[in-house]
Amino acid sequence: MKFLKATLAAGVLAATALSAHAADITGAGATFPFPIYSKWADAYKKETGNGLNYQSIGSGAGIKQIQAKTVTFGATDAPLKAEQLEKDGLVQWPQVMGAIVPVVNVEGVKAGELVLTGETLADIYLGKITKWDDAAIKKLNPSVTLPSSAITVVRRSDGSGTTFNFTDYLSKASADWKSKVGFGTAVEWPVGVGAKGNEGVAGNVGQTKNAIGYVEYAYAKQNKLTYTALVNKAGKTVKPTMASFQAAAANAEWAKAPGYHVILTDQPGDQSWPITAATFILMHKQPTDKAAAAEAIKFFTWAFEKGDKAAEELDYIPMPTSVVDLIKKTWSADIKS
Amino acid sequence: MAEIVVQGGSLEASGPFDRARALSAFKLSDNLFYWTTRIAALSVLGILGGIILSLIVGAWPAMKTFGFEFLWTQRWAPSAQPEPVLGALGPIYGTLVTSFIAMLIAVPVGLGIAIFLTELCPQWLRRPIGIAIELLAGIPSIIYGMWGFFVLGPFLANTFQPLMIGLFEGVPVLGDIFAGPPSYLSLFNASLILAIMVLPFITAVSRDVFDTVPPVLKEAAYGVGCTTWEVVRSVVIPYTRVGVIGGVMLALGRALGETMAVTFIIGNSFRISSSIFAPGTTISAAIASEFAESDGLHQSSLILLGLLLFILTFFVLAAARLMLMRLDRKAGK
Repeated sequence: MKFLKATLAAGVLAATALSAHAADITGAGATFPFPIYSKWADAYKKETGNGLNYQSIGSGAGIKQIQAKTVTFGATDAPLKAEQLEKDGLVQWPQVMGAIVPVVNVEGVKAGELVLTGETLADIYLGKITKWDDAAIKKLNPSVTLPSSAITVVRRSDGSGTTFNFTDYLSKASADWKSKVGFGTAVEWPVGVGAKGNEGVAGNVGQTKNAIGYVEYAYAKQNKLTYTALVNKAGKTVKPTMASFQAAAANAEWAKAPGYHVILTDQPGDQSWPITAATFILMHKQPTDKAAAAEAIKFFTWAFEKGDKAAEELDYIPMPTSVVDLIKKTWSADIKS
Repeated sequence: MAEIVVQGGSLEASGPFDRARALSAFKLSDNLFYWTTRIAALSVLGILGGIILSLIVGAWPAMKTFGFEFLWTQRWAPSAQPEPVLGALGPIYGTLVTSFIAMLIAVPVGLGIAIFLTELCPQWLRRPIGIAIELLAGIPSIIYGMWGFFVLGPFLANTFQPLMIGLFEGVPVLGDIFAGPPSYLSLFNASLILAIMVLPFITAVSRDVFDTVPPVLKEAAYGVGCTTWEVVRSVVIPYTRVGVIGGVMLALGRALGETMAVTFIIGNSFRISSSIFAPGTTISAAIASEFAESDGLHQSSLILLGLLLFILTFFVLAAARLMLMRLDRKAGK
């Protein structure tokens, strides 16, 4: 009887060990890159047979999970500072980029027609500009007929990386915003209604006349919302296109930033779209499960090499090759697996 | 006949010793049964205690930082520098106001339905209406949220809200309560959805207690020439008052805690506005929308909000129980 029990236990142990080896790569965190991570995971599974289990539980929760070592990698939209990375023994790199666009629902205004600056956008979100025919908006759009209606401001109700990057941009564009509201995944909004998720904001703006909101580019495109053009740091008016997103990424100085701590909003360059954002991956320098970590790195290498097309299909922006090379060097230098 | 005799004989043969053994076996199984059920019952208390304890532990950092000021601070600034400033006044206000307006709408309508069903409704219509009300209670709250977001919100913003705003413009107090602009997402829209959601609770309980009114009382009232309205007002309602209030309290408990539908349509703004057409938030909506991306003091404050809601609902439900208990005693006499 004892012998039987012992063999049974050994068998169970062996089985779990085996299944652990063949188990999926686990990751958790940001919701913003979830569509592309799952698309990559599908393609990767077909190609290699290895799966990826990514839970989009939010950046904050993702950071907590990787600190607690319950997942192989964490994902966050707001990058951690170098000191924090050092303290937790983590490596951080940007995996893919996205863009955030202001969207409006004003009768007679077509996509890309309305031009806004960061400052007017901040004033709208501060409640200082309340009507569409405000002098500040009129000055930027002399040829557009704007109604004298109250602006309905729509923003996110849940904490999100999208909000983090959007408010970061407003803080850079407007001193008033910076001192009154600041930036973060959830901030103290002076005005407006909160909607849950990108889809919530898209739905609200789509339904409400005279509304303005901000969503990831993909949501604006899929819901056929009226996006606006923006005036960037160089003073040029740019429309949200793949080219203007990539220009913003190319102009960022990745090499100089420890832990790739670059926030891509308000980048220099004539073509740069001002609200571009990267999303980051976190892994331990000394992973407890070395095999799993190696598998994860393999997946991310594959994503950098073969995932660009899938990313562009979902309106994400792949990392420039020069940055990918830097990241690969970081991996081999820092991660002991 | 023969079999019975044989059986009787065998029982006799088994003797007193076997009987004692059988009895002790019964006792053992009875004891076992007693303890299993007792542990099952006690585990409920254990779970409840555990929930309260973990809420307090989670909320402790926020309690320590903000103290009682948390209750009357209106600012909710999780990313304020250098320290986040968080206060529960906005969500508490929103929770109480939406529940209050919901009750204001649902109580008369719910009682009206119950009175119609018990006093006036032709027999053949009773079942369909009763079943429809019960089905209303079975609809998942997310469905109400989606319906409120896509159908009710736009409808109210385009018709009812502009009407009220126009009607009360310039009137003191009422003009502030019904101030524009119309909004798809507002305290009022959330209240209306809540009213629809709690309606079945009020109707179901009221209908049941109205049925407890002894027919002889009603017949006597009709006999001295009372109208239906007089019978309802002077006989049915006074007789069942406590039970009706208990049902209303149960509905209030549900309204206070409702999460998903409210989160969809309340607009999630922590600012307190005098207008009921302005966006607001409730305790549960605030937790639902912000918990996922929160950490540190922010998360602790959300847990503290949860604790506050727990206490609030506990008192409401305790009051409801008390009233229903008093009704039971009365009925027992």
